[in-house]
Amino acid sequence: MPTHTFRVNGETVRVDVENDVRLLWVLRDILGVRGPKYGCGINVCKACTSHINGKAFNPCAVPVGDLRPEDEVTTIEGLADTVEGDGLHPMQDAWIEHDVAQCGYCQPGQIMAAVDLVRRVKEEGRAISDADLDTLRNICRCGTYPRIRDAIRSGSEKM
Amino acid sequence: MTVDYSALGQRKVGRRRLLGYLVAAPTLAVAVRLASDANVPGHALTIPTPGLPADVFDLSDSQNYAAKPTAHLIWMEIREDGTVHFALPRTEVGQGIVTSTAMIIADELDVPLQDVHVTLADSRPELVMNQLTGGSNTTMSTYYPIRTAAAIARGALLEAAGLMLGGLTPTALHTDNGAVVAPDGRRIPYGDLAKDAAVDQTTEVEADLKPATDLKLVGTTVGRTDARAAVTGAKQFAMDIEVPNALPTMVCKPPTIKGTVRSVRNQAAVLEMPGVTHVAIIPTGVAVRARTFGQCIDAVRALDVDWAPGEIGSDSDEDVLARIRKAEIPMAVPEVPLLAKTVDTDFTFAFASNAPLDPDCAVADVRTGSAEIWASLKVPIVAQQELAEALGFPMDKVTVHVVQGGGSFGRRLFTDAAMDAALASQAMGAPVRLMWHRADACRQGRVHPMSTSRVRATVLGNDVLTYEQRHTSGRTDFGHGFGDIITASAAKLPVGDYSISQFIYLLTTGAHYNFGATTSLLDELTDRKLNTGAMRNIYSPNVAVARELTVDKIARTIGKDPYQFRRGHIRNDRLRTVLDRVAEAGRWGRSMPRHHGQGLGIHSEYHGHSACLVEIDASPATVNRDVRKAVTGPRVTKVVFAVDVGLVINRSGLKAQMMGGIMDAIAIVLTSSLHLKDGNFLEASWDNYAYTRQWNVPFDIEIHLVDSGIEEPGGAGEFGVPAAAAAVANAYWAATGNMPTHFPVNHSAPLHYEPYPYNPPVPPSPTSGLDHVK
Ligand code: FES
Ligand code: FES
Repeated sequence: MPTHTFRVNGETVRVDVENDVRLLWVLRDILGVRGPKYGCGINVCKACTSHINGKAFNPCAVPVGDLRPEDEVTTIEGLADTVEGDGLHPMQDAWIEHDVAQCGYCQPGQIMAAVDLVRRVKEEGRAISDADLDTLRNICRCGTYPRIRDAIRSGSEKM
Repeated sequence: MTVDYSALGQRKVGRRRLLGYLVAAPTLAVAVRLASDANVPGHALTIPTPGLPADVFDLSDSQNYAAKPTAHLIWMEIREDGTVHFALPRTEVGQGIVTSTAMIIADELDVPLQDVHVTLADSRPELVMNQLTGGSNTTMSTYYPIRTAAAIARGALLEAAGLMLGGLTPTALHTDNGAVVAPDGRRIPYGDLAKDAAVDQTTEVEADLKPATDLKLVGTTVGRTDARAAVTGAKQFAMDIEVPNALPTMVCKPPTIKGTVRSVRNQAAVLEMPGVTHVAIIPTGVAVRARTFGQCIDAVRALDVDWAPGEIGSDSDEDVLARIRKAEIPMAVPEVPLLAKTVDTDFTFAFASNAPLDPDCAVADVRTGSAEIWASLKVPIVAQQELAEALGFPMDKVTVHVVQGGGSFGRRLFTDAAMDAALASQAMGAPVRLMWHRADACRQGRVHPMSTSRVRATVLGNDVLTYEQRHTSGRTDFGHGFGDIITASAAKLPVGDYSISQFIYLLTTGAHYNFGATTSLLDELTDRKLNTGAMRNIYSPNVAVARELTVDKIARTIGKDPYQFRRGHIRNDRLRTVLDRVAEAGRWGRSMPRHHGQGLGIHSEYHGHSACLVEIDASPATVNRDVRKAVTGPRVTKVVFAVDVGLVINRSGLKAQMMGGIMDAIAIVLTSSLHLKDGNFLEASWDNYAYTRQWNVPFDIEIHLVDSGIEEPGGAGEFGVPAAAAAVANAYWAATGNMPTHFPVNHSAPLHYEPYPYNPPVPPSPTSGLDHVK
């Protein structure tokens, strides 16, 4: 069984598992990192959204063998540590301020996707628009979408 | 024809004295009956004859009533660290009842919100029918009992503090922020009193509830108590719980609905696959246990199974619709004056999926002679019964832990995944963490049945002389105990001999308008070929869409403005108030660009009233906007929703529930349905089943909470859907010029996807994830 080395939330991990096991299951079932959620397993619901080297990706669609030792995977559990200070990430604060979560199941993925959207929009030197928000594909079956839009707008101001 | 509502809407109450117990325990413990008699309609309730049954006694009353003779005790406990603990015998699935319950306790007990710890009770069979989360009934049925317990605790703390202070009378003291305060300002924290306030012998006590004017937290805006856990990934759902050795397990489900396993041809080979530990046949398919879910998916795909077919054969949507048409009872030909005009409407509603995002799942550890199950179950006692029976154990050997669920929408009323988990664990002799693949949740999970709704109204001048609505539906499975609760109270209701479904329909369907002789009835098919269940708000959304479109049609027929027409015929003042609110706030009748339209809808249920105004953009540029692998179509641009649920506990939580209901409404009217084709549902994931997505979300959404001074809480969890769905449908009509008759409106449009294969039953896990990183 091959050994895989990569970084998760700031720490180097070594896992013995077959190459083709998707990273979502390595995180959840082997490493016990259960913030990223399963909602489809085929890269459509976005519940598992996490970051690789600071950019959003969906670990349900990535074989663990594709990771390199220097790859840094950030899940919702590690998001707060990507910003200075002891507090949460500004997007997490915005989520709490707008009381976004209902059941909460989709929200780790929503927040990780939101942070990435704001990053990309800022790189283009723009403010978040409705058209940008419309590109988010994360499902929320509880229908928290309007609060998600509000939270992203206020979170982006503090990012 | 009018109804006297004096017995109804005005259920104002003064200061209440209620009974409970101080329970013998090391620290202060209080118990009360869950169904407080004060909150149950008594015999004195007069039944006005001309209305529909739901006008006087709705589904929530029926549940309260059913709970009455069997209600047992719930406990609240105060510990030496000053924290308050309460195990709520209900299931939190996102509707916010853990937060609202904590608010109610904190307010009555004068304790900081963060010191109140609300958990979900394990299955408690002695509660009989009083541990069911459904019908938006939680707050209505628990508000007074929980307040009573908190008030008794507060009284005991005051008394203990009086003694500690050398014999001061409790009335000389007051409570504030988790402490008893003496006249000289000294503060004794509750924690320091928890032992002294405890009793050695359980005693009955009376409690005075605070007058409504003293409530500080109830009725305010409070964020969910688990908000931080939700945004940091710390919140645990069933698949996140660590149970030793409970390895990932999935079921290879049949390629047909309700198919069964004849044999497995390659069990040995699959057992050799990486990570796989067990393969076992269970009634619903072949279960595989492995080190990771990814390896379960691979094993499920590799299994070579000889399947026996289910019962649905090669039926498609058209065949089910034909059966429904056959079951439709002809509309009456009312005896009305010759000059009266008849308005007939006829609507069809497609199959819909109630699947939440957190999939059907459960953890099970079945040993010899006993079992432990962890799952989000809304009727845990029925689950415990069914699981015990299937495992061949006495009921008390099965422990059911209720876990917070990631949504329910009707799905978690049933025990399907917990049953799979228990039987797989038993067959394998090992603990399992069992989850359905999304494809199974869509194709093998329960569906909200197809239905038709027909209305015939007769109109003379400005008056509606008769209104008859006939809803005909595929069978809705209520075999989860919910139906039993309702029928338990059947004998006490002013209705005749109805089936469970008809009963629930009658209790949820009120007469909203003064339309002369009014009837609304349900007929259901009886076959069990499909796995069915209710979806959020059961019949009401479709019934309301049909009713409110018909109301617009009547208004058009007599040349009246739909708002003024509704205003003039609405039966209830509170309902008229919410309608006026949306019409004003939403600027009803403002001029709209071409291909844009406004629409209205109203709905009363759960002792509450709601109205919605929707604006929609059906211009070609919007309708044809392109989003990859998605349904676009007309876009709701603005929603103004007003709701009066009686007493509001948490303003933010209530608005959240309405918001979710509005998103569901947009989906069921415009985008989301299941297609039955040749004996199977085509949809297998979220890229197929087009629930509302960001590109369908209105830009502007206003939710008004209207206070009518009622001191009783109503129901909220499902209440956002019907008025909003009706308003979307009417706005669509206004924008397109065509009254929609088939829902969702895109159901017969070409599919926006290529259906996934049925065999193997789940799609392969993709490998291209890193290619999409932007
Ligand atoms: S589980 Fe990864 S996108 Fe759905
Ligand atoms: S909060 Fe429940 S799925 Fe989004």
